[in-house]
Amino acid sequence: MTDRVPVLKIGEILLVSIQVDLEDQMVLDLQEDLSNQIVATGAKGVVIDISALEIVDSFVGRMLATNASISRVLGAETIVVGMRPAVAMTLVELGLSLKGVRTALNLERGLKLLRRLSASRG
Amino acid sequence: MNDYGAVSASVETVPVANSSDVVTARQMVRTLAQRTGLSLVHQTKLVTAASELGRNMLIHGGGGVVRATTVADGGRSGIFVEFQDQGPGIPDIELALTDGWTSGNGMGLGLSGAKRLVDEFEIESGSGGTTVRIVKWGR
Ligand SMILES: Nc1ncnc2c1ncn2[C@@H]1O[C@H](COP(=O)(O)OP(=O)(O)OP(=O)(O)O)[C@@H](O)[C@H]1O
Ligand SMILES: [Mg+2]
Repeated sequence: MTDRVPVLKIGEILLVSIQVDLEDQMVLDLQEDLSNQIVATGAKGVVIDISALEIVDSFVGRMLATNASISRVLGAETIVVGMRPAVAMTLVELGLSLKGVRTALNLERGLKLLRRLSASRG
Repeated sequence: MNDYGAVSASVETVPVANSSDVVTARQMVRTLAQRTGLSLVHQTKLVTAASELGRNMLIHGGGGVVRATTVADGGRSGIFVEFQDQGPGIPDIELALTDGWTSGNGMGLGLSGAKRLVDEFEIESGSGGTTVRIVKWGR
């Protein structure tokens, strides 16, 4: 059994703050937990804080992209916040575009963006 | 690939048999890169490449061994990492290095992306297994 990344509910938002070097199984578990939690809580937004992540490889990148698509289908918008500059540079060179993944500089801006998105959706 | 005066006594070795070993291997590479004074961006690129190649070794090669050491060439120093497995090998290396090509259900970015992230990249593959060697130089 591997550890799981906690998913916190704050109002209509689910907050995930990744604080450990992720094993592949934890990445898969997180993806599943998030989908389940969106449905169970009716959350309108998901914020994934990756500011503590030292690398994002193709496996984690794929999870972020897949999660963005799944959550959208389930009626929630996902914002990935806090990507380190070195990680962003590496991702681009690796060839991962993270198409469809909304990002914000930090948690505060991510939350602001979510509020704006849900306001415009009415 | 050149032999760059790697000191065999200082080679770090991590056997990889499951996905937590991949984490251990990439942490070992990071520690070495930090100690060698690679910039943060270079560390990040090297460790990301190591993560891709370590996962390939596990998933496609059935596991193996990661070895890493500090190397020097003239005035510069860098990190050499070798990923060795006894898996089925890669039948067509050129094809495997194509962006987006995967024999399974991956994104096919691991091998080609890892190659772009490092300064030197070499694959030897046959029915006896696959060995990938990379070097990332400090600035
Ligand atoms: N160590 C290995 N042993 C055998 N085959 C390998 C090995 N490494 C890579 N391959 C082959 O090369 C292909 C391309 O590898 P690559 O890492 O680019 O993509 P992938 O692992 O399929 O997907 P991902 O984008 O998730 O990494 C693999 O699908 C596999 O067929
Ligand atoms: Mg791969």
